[in-house]
Amino acid sequence: MIPLSSPYLRRSNSTRRIMRLVLLSLLPGIAVYAALIGPALLIQILLASLAALGFEFAVFFLRKRPARAALTDHSALVSAWLIALTFPPLSPWWLTITGVFFAIVITKQLYGGLGQNPFNPAMVAFAVCIIAFPALMSQWPAMSLSLSLPEQLELIFGFAPRLDALTSATPLDVIKTVLQKTAGITHGTVQELLMSQNLYGTFAGRGWEWVATAYLVGGVFLLIMGVITWHVPLAFIASMTLIALVFWIIDPSRFSAPLFHLFSGGSMLGAFFIATDPVSGCATPRGKIIFGIGAGLLAYLIRVFGVFPDGIAFSILLMNLCAPLLDSMSQPAVFGSRPQVRVPGEKTP
Amino acid sequence: MLKRPLAFRGGIRLAHHKYESAHSPIASAPLPERLILPLRQSAGRAPEPIVREGDRVKKGDRIAAAEEWISASLHAPTSGTVRAIGPFPVAHPSGLSAPAIVIEADGADEWGEKTPLLDSPARSAANRAALSPEETQRFLQNMGVVGLGGAVFPSHVKLSRAPNTPLQTLIINGAECEPFITCDDRLMRERADDVISGTLFLRDLLEVKETLIAVENNKPEAADALRAALARADAAREIRDVAVMELPAIYPAGSIKQLIFALTGKRAPAHVLPTALGVQCFNAATVYCVWRAVAHGEPVTHRVVTLTGNVEHPGNMEVPLGMPMGQLLALARPRPETDACIVGGPMMGFLLTDERAPVVKGSNCLIARSDAFFPPLEPETSCIRCTSCAQVCPQGLQPYELYWWSRAKNSEKAARYQLMECIECGCCAYVCPAHIPLVQYFRFAKGEVRAAEKAQDMAARAKERFEFRQLRAEREKAERAEKLARAAALQAEKLALAAVTDTDSPANAQTPTTENAP
Repeated sequence: MIPLSSPYLRRSNSTRRIMRLVLLSLLPGIAVYAALIGPALLIQILLASLAALGFEFAVFFLRKRPARAALTDHSALVSAWLIALTFPPLSPWWLTITGVFFAIVITKQLYGGLGQNPFNPAMVAFAVCIIAFPALMSQWPAMSLSLSLPEQLELIFGFAPRLDALTSATPLDVIKTVLQKTAGITHGTVQELLMSQNLYGTFAGRGWEWVATAYLVGGVFLLIMGVITWHVPLAFIASMTLIALVFWIIDPSRFSAPLFHLFSGGSMLGAFFIATDPVSGCATPRGKIIFGIGAGLLAYLIRVFGVFPDGIAFSILLMNLCAPLLDSMSQPAVFGSRPQVRVPGEKTP
Repeated sequence: MLKRPLAFRGGIRLAHHKYESAHSPIASAPLPERLILPLRQSAGRAPEPIVREGDRVKKGDRIAAAEEWISASLHAPTSGTVRAIGPFPVAHPSGLSAPAIVIEADGADEWGEKTPLLDSPARSAANRAALSPEETQRFLQNMGVVGLGGAVFPSHVKLSRAPNTPLQTLIINGAECEPFITCDDRLMRERADDVISGTLFLRDLLEVKETLIAVENNKPEAADALRAALARADAAREIRDVAVMELPAIYPAGSIKQLIFALTGKRAPAHVLPTALGVQCFNAATVYCVWRAVAHGEPVTHRVVTLTGNVEHPGNMEVPLGMPMGQLLALARPRPETDACIVGGPMMGFLLTDERAPVVKGSNCLIARSDAFFPPLEPETSCIRCTSCAQVCPQGLQPYELYWWSRAKNSEKAARYQLMECIECGCCAYVCPAHIPLVQYFRFAKGEVRAAEKAQDMAARAKERFEFRQLRAEREKAERAEKLARAAALQAEKLALAAVTDTDSPANAQTPTTENAP
């Protein structure tokens, strides 16, 4: 087939290639994470991927539309992998599938499919599950814990009662409890406290710091490949660093260092892989910067002062809410004219 | 004057595909038996035919005369007989026919009388102040000189001086930024002296401070040839204010706003003509035609056309206007798997719908299309707002927003996102990973916006007319009512008077009658 109108030249690129690059850049993080936690993570990724493709197929089947394009564009896999990476790796199978259901069916397909969802599917999955199943979503295995494959499979697919002994507090949990319990009591810095509990590694939470570093490596690869732009990650990291720095300087016995925050929880994953989601995020350069700043600040505030162990999912969902407004108010100037702030609904002359 | 050209925003690097057609000299196309010359070969109004069927014409004879200012005359590219004047298929995206003059060549290719503007040594001397600009403008209009870069805007119109801003910079556009096209490249290499002479002629006429000849840096031979020609001209009389500037080969470097910015740093805002910034632009091939006309009395009857793509013998040919494009492309021997012919460049051109459509002043390139050279159409998928399109848009637009509103047929919103500033360069569609034919959507939406504007304009005028009519009707009604009232009053008065007259003097009865006399 010949295109009807110019341009007749096209760069060889596709949504599938973009999604494949995102999956590829998640691999370093997955490798480090799996090395620390065990094969459970890979089982979760497989489970989530199959569920995501299954749900996509089911939706297209019910809508009586060809599912081939949707099943091969790899976008569902990106959501699935992000769910597997943000949920506790020993979550029961049905929890993961529930998350995938909310991501693919409710958040993505019910809003019109690829490119139409106002919210990030993986983050909606996380938010729904942490509200509905707060206990299960907080069971993080200790990094030192080494379980055999059958034991991990038993935990994911079995019906045996779950042992609290298997799980431990993450560094983020610890600083939260510190903050709540030890107001007014002097115990040294947060870092010293974490060290005393054998939770501090080289520069952040033990183990988790290397997972976050691997995400950073993958994120930089995405930047180099031109899949994402620098705006969101840089704004996210800068704003989180700045707010963490302010609190840390005020009281290092209650607040931890900026580096710790950047390399704990979902910060790096959020900055490079989730807040950069083009569909639910901002599209204009200035919008992206505001989005990144907002997500970084909110993530810190929710993580430190909120009730949930991490704030990435809620901060990004809150910024998703603002994205359309930010976009329409941050339209860049057309070549040759001055930048103008466009207020939605107002007519430009 | 800038030392180095500035980088404009956006744009893309493309595989040039220039070498194939640029390595051999310009050849002369054989004279076809019949030449079809569509009347409309420039922007503005088409000229009126001044020949009739059966008339004998010589090469260079005027066959259609411009009757309006924004219009240019048309000339016979060879000697022969006018065979028909009527609708013929033309190369246009719409595939419609247009009125044309058909000339049957007699093979003699005999020139008519040549009347150069610089007909005497005195006039062609260094001081050209003897020529009035108006005289030159009328001359170029009669010689059919139009922009040969593709927009075919009559060149003489661009020589008018803006009343308020004096011209500072003259830009000669030899960027030729679209891949595959090399007609200007070869022309600048082989006929650099004429290009430089034309440039200097326009420089003197426009009295500009600086003149910049822009060539993309993928044409070093052309730039060198122009510099050498400039040096030769400099030997005759000192030239200090003319420079050849090499631009980085980033598409669309030759687009007027981007070119002006790269060379002068001036940004042309929306709806502002370059002359308002003190800049005027001419295409290199146009400048060549200007010189052939003023110095040699040769009107625009031929042009150089690049034949390239999936052909055995890519190259450039000097082609008489009116030669059927199918016949011309056949000279380059298209390979068997050729499935279409692109007129113009691969980024902004269109597909030839009728092989009989003739070469016109704006036809710069014919490309034999095949899947090996051009990727076949891929199915359109959903936009994921990756903003690749916005990153490459040289106009700073948000094509993903324009697409959204164009698709929703919300032309008002699309216009608010500056749809009309789109230059249709095709960068956005080139990079789109979802394979969305963005420019196609924008062309359609632009039509919608124009239609809406027109409808709005017509509605406003109809409203005005209606209101005026209402007003008039009301006024007439009021006048009538007044008249009636007055008549009634008169009647009443008369009656009253009549009643009074019986008793009073008759003199009083006269007064109201005279007052009410029409």
